[in-house]
Amino acid sequence: MQRALSIDPGKCTGCLQCELACSFEHTGLFNPSRSVIRVFTFHEEGRFVPYTCTQCAEAWCLQSCPVDAISINADTGAKEVNEATCVGCKVCTIACPFGTINYSQATGKVVKCDLCGGDPQCVEACPTDAIVYVDADQTGLERMRQWAARTDAAATA
Amino acid sequence: MHHLVVGAGPAGVTACETLRQLDPSAHITLLCGESGEPYGRMAIPYYLVGNIDEAGTRLRKRPGYWESLRISLRHDRVAALAPDDDRVTLESGETLDFDRLLIATGAHPVSPAISGIDLPGVVHCWTLEDARAIAERAAEGSDVVLMGAGFIGCIILESLVKRGVKLTVIEQGPRMVPRMLDAVAGGMLQAHCESQGVRVLTRTRAEAITEAEGRLTVATSQGEIAADLVIVATGVRSNTGFLDCSGVECDQGVLVDEQLQSSRAGVFAAGDVAQGPDLLSGSRQVHAIQPTAVEHGRIAAHNMVGQGARYPGSLNMNILDTLGLVSVSFGNWEGGDAHHALVLDNRDAGRYLKLVFDEQDRLRGAIAVGHTEKVGVLRGLIQSRRPLHGWRERLQRDPTRLAEAFVAMPLAQAVKA
Amino acid sequence: MAWTGKILRVNLNDKTCKEEPLNREWAQQYLGQRGLATKYLVEEIDPKADPLGPDNKLIFATGPLTGTMASTGGRYSVITKSPLTNCVACSNSGGFIGQELKNAGWDMVIVEGKADGPVYLYIENEKAELLPADDIWGTSVWHTDEWLHKRHQDPLLRIAAVGRSAEQGCLYSAVINDLHRAAGRSGVGTVMASKNLKAMAVRGTLGVGNIKDPKRFMQAVNAAKKVLADNAVTGQGLPTYGTQVLMNVINEIGALPTRNAREVQFEGANEISGEAMHEPRPTDGKPNLVTNAGCFACTIACGRISTVDKGHFSVKNKPEYWGASGGLEYEAAWALGSDTGVDDLDALTYANFICNEDGMDPISFGATVAAAMELYGRGVLTTEQTGIPFDFGSAEALVKAAEWVATGEGFGKDLGLGSKRLCEKYGHPELSMTVKGQEFPAYDPRGIQGMGLTYATSNRGACHLRSYTVASEVLGIPEKTDPLTAEGKPALVKAFQDATGAVDSSGLCVFTTFAWTLEDIAPQIDAACEGEWTPERLLELGERVWNLERQFNLAAGITGADDTLPKRLLEEPAATGPAKGLVNKLDEMLPEYYQLRGWTPDGVPTPETLQRLGL
Repeated sequence: MQRALSIDPGKCTGCLQCELACSFEHTGLFNPSRSVIRVFTFHEEGRFVPYTCTQCAEAWCLQSCPVDAISINADTGAKEVNEATCVGCKVCTIACPFGTINYSQATGKVVKCDLCGGDPQCVEACPTDAIVYVDADQTGLERMRQWAARTDAAATA
Repeated sequence: MHHLVVGAGPAGVTACETLRQLDPSAHITLLCGESGEPYGRMAIPYYLVGNIDEAGTRLRKRPGYWESLRISLRHDRVAALAPDDDRVTLESGETLDFDRLLIATGAHPVSPAISGIDLPGVVHCWTLEDARAIAERAAEGSDVVLMGAGFIGCIILESLVKRGVKLTVIEQGPRMVPRMLDAVAGGMLQAHCESQGVRVLTRTRAEAITEAEGRLTVATSQGEIAADLVIVATGVRSNTGFLDCSGVECDQGVLVDEQLQSSRAGVFAAGDVAQGPDLLSGSRQVHAIQPTAVEHGRIAAHNMVGQGARYPGSLNMNILDTLGLVSVSFGNWEGGDAHHALVLDNRDAGRYLKLVFDEQDRLRGAIAVGHTEKVGVLRGLIQSRRPLHGWRERLQRDPTRLAEAFVAMPLAQAVKA
Repeated sequence: MAWTGKILRVNLNDKTCKEEPLNREWAQQYLGQRGLATKYLVEEIDPKADPLGPDNKLIFATGPLTGTMASTGGRYSVITKSPLTNCVACSNSGGFIGQELKNAGWDMVIVEGKADGPVYLYIENEKAELLPADDIWGTSVWHTDEWLHKRHQDPLLRIAAVGRSAEQGCLYSAVINDLHRAAGRSGVGTVMASKNLKAMAVRGTLGVGNIKDPKRFMQAVNAAKKVLADNAVTGQGLPTYGTQVLMNVINEIGALPTRNAREVQFEGANEISGEAMHEPRPTDGKPNLVTNAGCFACTIACGRISTVDKGHFSVKNKPEYWGASGGLEYEAAWALGSDTGVDDLDALTYANFICNEDGMDPISFGATVAAAMELYGRGVLTTEQTGIPFDFGSAEALVKAAEWVATGEGFGKDLGLGSKRLCEKYGHPELSMTVKGQEFPAYDPRGIQGMGLTYATSNRGACHLRSYTVASEVLGIPEKTDPLTAEGKPALVKAFQDATGAVDSSGLCVFTTFAWTLEDIAPQIDAACEGEWTPERLLELGERVWNLERQFNLAAGITGADDTLPKRLLEEPAATGPAKGLVNKLDEMLPEYYQLRGWTPDGVPTPETLQRLGL
């Protein structure tokens, strides 16, 4: 069974170890700006929400790519960008309504979460188990959003 | 069951793949109107710069792909759709019967009616063949005139500059990409192009093109411009000509309903040729963009096999990278008084953001220049059709927090098609 | 390696920003951050320079591990000559801007001169420029933060700024970064404002690399992370209660300075403790504490994020304070609470918000309010000066005081002088609980003897963070010593001071040392930085830094006579608790300390000592 990232924002402290691990794995540098997982800080609510691609079934990015540069890894289920094929047209970055595939000025290509080939480094780095890699139907997305929804409620209260 | 898909752009190709997925036993024919493998027009600028070869423009790259899906790929065009029978006549003269038809014939470029428009050295930039012609003529140091600073013109602008040509852009409208960007953003784009050595003439109309000794001269409302090559990018029109007398109702494109079905049962349309529901207004519009084409193709395929799928409507959006300045626009960004629009204007630093809300505090449009991070959430925010409630006030204070606004919303269901 | 090798020199006189190479030789001797920046300051300014004049310099410095994945590796320090103490000042902060600076490619920013009008420094990788700050001058740090994010349309911009208190000349103004982290002590924010520099906004996307041996580095980092996770203090106590875990503990051992250190135990301690922050309020049913929070790369996450009850008098009809923000750390809770006798947790939290919003050091602020309350209680100050009744225990007075100092209004001007100058102004210097002009923090040296020596000898004026012997004397880290005896404390203080000097120069947080020793830290530095880095070398480096700071202070006119404590701690015995009857035995400890340091009986480093340390 394929596994998925399960994110529990309630456990997140906003330390960005996940962003560091992600960037180190993919670029060899500690560079949060090039991490494909991003921790959002909701300062006024005191909440931290790690946020990355959920490898959604719709695969908006894959569908919209005009040059077939995004494919599904049969082992992990991750939608992966083939850097050699990507032309950097950025269509996927507006097609993905989650904003989780982005253009990298540094490479001229788009980047997204590839689950590190099945060994996600953000999970390894997280000190509080806010991000885990599990066999589960209920992945991080719903819980992430349920948590964040309280932010919404708080804002209207 | 025979599905006939006419047109091998993103809409047609996606439809074929979806059809195969949904109906393993169906007979699927994909008609490709151009020679060679199906390719993506979005890739043409990168071909022009030389970042990729022709193979790099292909929509699907795996060898033997079509055969592996048992999609019968044929190179031909439809000359006519019979009014009463489920049959088309091809340009080759052959006829094909179908059970379901998908019209995904895209669009063709249109030229202004001026003298000299047919001269050699005056070309469109629409097909791979056009691109080859441009690649041949747009040599370093040559004078090139780009007629039209719309989206198509702008996506090839950078590749022309990178080829080292001396470029003049003429645009009839008051600014660059007038249908995608407002005055501030269009102005930023123009200033940026000019700073990179491109001459940009707005509110300028080409009146005639003449040739003398291998050189062209474009006469414009602002004077004459000499050129070695003139590229015409003044707009496109849906390819619906073959539907005359077919009983398929057309306006700017093939009018389709929420199932992407035309006025004629069993005949569907998708992509640039389809005039389908617009997410925001509910009216029917042509949104000639890649993501819409793909969604059209997928939804149409579902309905072609009888799995009812409803399309909530397309959202107009575009992204441009013009010599390093990235601009995006989504939805209905026009208008918006002080109460309904949030604007951050730091044009000197290459940054601009405009968010437009409707009466219910729902985001209905956005323009961003100089932003690339998480811009997709603008689509998510608009597509959700959810009021931003308490976030409205926060965005008022700092509109750049829109990604947070999105992450904070319980949108998971709303963004699903 | 690990260093970027680049320094940004910002000259406010001619508004230039220039790149220069880092002095690699100095980096080997002083590592980074506190040590290395102090070396630059010592080399570049006249020790007698007016701290608020154009000749003083202000350095923002990262350490070699800043921006890496080493746990807590996000620290930076602000180094300058302090207007509060006239000593060298080095204030250390976490948050996120330190790593951002490193990610932009800079080890340090040295700011010199004075701008002719308000400016802010904008850094985007190699690009650095001074931009007009007229629109944000006269506004709070929080407003400035929002304005800069909007101005640059960049939600990821990291910002450090000074508030209105600094502009108004409050002598203990902090540099606040990331809304609620502070380079808090010694008035480094006052220096920044004196230069007309309102803020520094940084965006770095280059990445931090230059790791000598990345594989070994990650192994060392992961091993050290595990040590933090497995330790009771860093793995459980600090994440759960923050430093506020100490409030009840310190009160119980009779070392909680109360009402301007008249007493050593506070009857309201439990009301303002870390435990109380978890309790649902009777009014709105919500606890003060919303969550704990980590600074960059920190796997401890001791930070407090709190709210004030919307109905509390301090925030009534002020919705801008209804959201969560940086909550009480132990030192702040003590200064704003125990030291002023106020046991209203909401009032303390609100005052702490104001300290963050307008950049005041809550320790110095609270201790100054405490001194003013004692002066008021003695009738030296009256409502004529204070405007409102200023009794110990008055939450209203505390809240008003915070607002006044924040904006420089009314009595806020006097309070902005700090305890020493305030007490001198009103004729009672003996009531100032300061050393070298800086207010001492939350440990009473009568109940924790080592802290007396710590305060007396700290190079930046009274401070707990220069040698946190509380770890040993109270918590038993690395081994338990008796807090009530002076015996062995000089050696303990020296060892803590030297080790801390190294940690403060590395980019790591000193709180790691609840769990880590230099044996855990050295392998991380060694794998990252060129050269060989052993615990012994780091300890010696710390000692070098200590002596360098001492040399600067001596040259600035500070002498061994200033290594003392307020008379109260030396002459008025503790009235209650385990330390009942005790004063601090500084006179027993100081000579031995000088001797251990290799200093003369007057507290001057001997030539041999200086030579041994390469000074």
